[in-house]
Amino acid sequence: MQNLVEIRDLKVEATTDAGRRIEIIKGVDLEIAPGEIVALIGESGSGKTTIALTVMGYARPGCRISAGTVTVAGKNMVALSEGQRAKMRGLEVSYVPQSAAAAFNPAKRIIDQVIEVTRIHKLMSPAEAKEKAIALFKALSLPDSDGIGNRYPHQVSGGQLQRLAAAMALISDPKLVIFDEPTTALDVTTQIEVLRAFKAVMKKSGIAGVYVSHDLAVVAQIADRIVVLRGGEVQEVGTTAELLAGAKHPYTRELLSAFEPKARGESVAAPESRPLLQVNGLIAGYGPLQADGLPLVKAVQEASLVLERGRNLGIIGESGCGKSTLARSIAGILPASAGNLTLDGHELARSARQRSREQLRELQIVFQHADTSLNPAKSIEEILGRPLKFYHGMKGKARDARVDELLDMVRLPKALRSRTPAELSGGQKQRVNFARALAAEPKLIVCDEITSALDTVVAAAVIDLLKEMQRELSLSYIFISHDLSVVEAICDEIVVMYNGRKVEEITPAISKVPQHPYSKLLFSSVPKLDPGWLDRLERDPELVKTYVQG
Amino acid sequence: MTTSTTIPRRLSYRFSWVGIIGLAIILFWAVIAFLAPHIIPYPVGEIVDEDYFGPMSSKLLLGSDYLGRDMLSRIIMGARYTVGISLAAVCLACFTGGALGMAAAVIGGWFDTVLSRFLDALNSIPSKLSGLVIAAAVGSSLSVLIVMLGVIYIPGAYRFARSLAVNINTMDYITVARTRGEGISYVVFSEILPNIIGPLLADFGIRFVFIVLLLSGLSFLGLGVQPPYADWGALVHENIGGLPFGAPAVIVPSLAIASLTISVNLLIDNLPKKIRDRSA
Repeated sequence: MQNLVEIRDLKVEATTDAGRRIEIIKGVDLEIAPGEIVALIGESGSGKTTIALTVMGYARPGCRISAGTVTVAGKNMVALSEGQRAKMRGLEVSYVPQSAAAAFNPAKRIIDQVIEVTRIHKLMSPAEAKEKAIALFKALSLPDSDGIGNRYPHQVSGGQLQRLAAAMALISDPKLVIFDEPTTALDVTTQIEVLRAFKAVMKKSGIAGVYVSHDLAVVAQIADRIVVLRGGEVQEVGTTAELLAGAKHPYTRELLSAFEPKARGESVAAPESRPLLQVNGLIAGYGPLQADGLPLVKAVQEASLVLERGRNLGIIGESGCGKSTLARSIAGILPASAGNLTLDGHELARSARQRSREQLRELQIVFQHADTSLNPAKSIEEILGRPLKFYHGMKGKARDARVDELLDMVRLPKALRSRTPAELSGGQKQRVNFARALAAEPKLIVCDEITSALDTVVAAAVIDLLKEMQRELSLSYIFISHDLSVVEAICDEIVVMYNGRKVEEITPAISKVPQHPYSKLLFSSVPKLDPGWLDRLERDPELVKTYVQG
Repeated sequence: MTTSTTIPRRLSYRFSWVGIIGLAIILFWAVIAFLAPHIIPYPVGEIVDEDYFGPMSSKLLLGSDYLGRDMLSRIIMGARYTVGISLAAVCLACFTGGALGMAAAVIGGWFDTVLSRFLDALNSIPSKLSGLVIAAAVGSSLSVLIVMLGVIYIPGAYRFARSLAVNINTMDYITVARTRGEGISYVVFSEILPNIIGPLLADFGIRFVFIVLLLSGLSFLGLGVQPPYADWGALVHENIGGLPFGAPAVIVPSLAIASLTISVNLLIDNLPKKIRDRSA
């Protein structure tokens, strides 16, 4: 059988600011049979999206396909003129972007955007196209398939929008669809619905797919074949079952091992039973204050927690459950409206402005996005030096030495100290972000989704670092995440939040089995490496209806 | 841990030739303004030509004005006023407006609201009109001109700095600095300013041009620099009668204004770019 896509010796060049050319794809060969779903997997910067885009004959601004051929349905996309490529795009090859929310025009109705492809390529009348779109909405198991198209993008949820983006890609009956991390931005419980819908539609109509992702477990559910990439080169290719069972390449094994349940390692310091942080009946939210002195929208409702010294508390839940608001209230960024906080036996003011410098030093917060939490105009040295000067009055040589020590602690080379954040990789930035919190010598660090923006392997390394720091510096963490495996790896207590409320508290060392129905649903929705997992997964429809808005 | 080696950064700048031309013209006028008293061929107020609106000649390089004074000397001295007053006024406007704008973004609340509404009110008066009123009311000395031009352009500089700072203010690193307990001035000058200095400099350049034009306009109306001294705008005004004769006395000061304002724009549109090669 002839291959639908054949990529031969593909090279893509990028031009740097200084005008130097760098090869970012270094000779890749790849083929896709009709109806086959091939996953491209690798960490950020491995070239997976770049390769996927070349299938449409496209290279991002500043990049250029410098050599090789990309043959799609017998046509070499590299050699075609821009006009000829435009004819292929949307018709033969279509694209589902990572963030559907950013890809839809907020000012137009969804249905008009979904059928736009048929209008551009003059495939069918608008009425026919709408009918077809509604059929696709049904196939993608979207609720209210007749009416959903008449809504605007902000009126549907993220998971629905992602499926609508898929409908947009599928309406012209393409031979190949490129999925660029389509579920990365979704919650786990929503992700399952979306994955199921994609899988069913693709199998039914025999469309080939390129699935770009960094999540091996997701890929295992949907792909026939997996291509592992690193640094613009193919590391390993194999069918999903082969690759999961017997990965040969060390990098693939590293990826796989990041999924193995990690031994938590008993906390070295015998946990004292003196509570470090106590939160009692905390209520926080947004909007104008009501008559009862509480905000209009309560994002956190009467949360109570106790964290003992030297132990870690995990808070998990999906987007919108109030976990980040809780973190911000504890740090005093968003002053709580009710409830009280006690740190190390002393009452904490609700607002950070009213806390003493010493109290601020003892409780540090680390944010999810290292990109936005490090000032791009400052060098690493200045970023780490400031808390040293501010809290400890360190100057000159002493401060320099301490900056070196901190960099050493978080396993970064000293040479980085004169660089700016833009010159570091994502994992390095997160380490600097963490080192800045360490510089204050705190007792408690609140980590708000600090591994979510990182690749699996890098995230695992950051978690290891956190554990090590805890052993050495007798820190406590509050670890906020939507990723269960991460929280399980590091926390002694896990609090499950739903809709602003604490629904359950689990101690993994004693019992791993959640009792509350929502916790059960959440725990069961985390993808497993087993390729048959998605097909076998059965969820109580009532439960899904109650808790999943996707 | 005792030896701290600093790795030399790979830094280089790219500066387009258009920007270089702009910079060269600005420097040229700055040097002229600085050295003016030493290089003028004739005293500014002295009548040296028997004819008025005299043509260019080897004796009077740019001809003579409506009283027969040397045009070259008057333009060279005019550069002092045009460049000097404008520079002082633009510094006043951009430093005050910029600092207030950033502070308003960081402090927020009633401080921001009151200041913004007040400066909006100031902004709603047309600049030429307020210039006319003030100059007519308190007279026209150099210091009055500088303060007046500065104050007229403060609201614009404030708005611009505030809108940039508001975006930076939502970044997590500002939140981090605040939860660290940092004060307003640290947040404004150490966290926000380095990130918006580029656009602020560009704004500085544009505002400089506005002020040169407004000053020239006021002088043209007779409310700017007073005789016997004259800035370029005043030179255009007093020699306007030479227009039918095609006298250089009216054309050259106009060209001088144009060359300065255009070259400032060329420079700020083509500021040197720092090249930092990540992969190197």
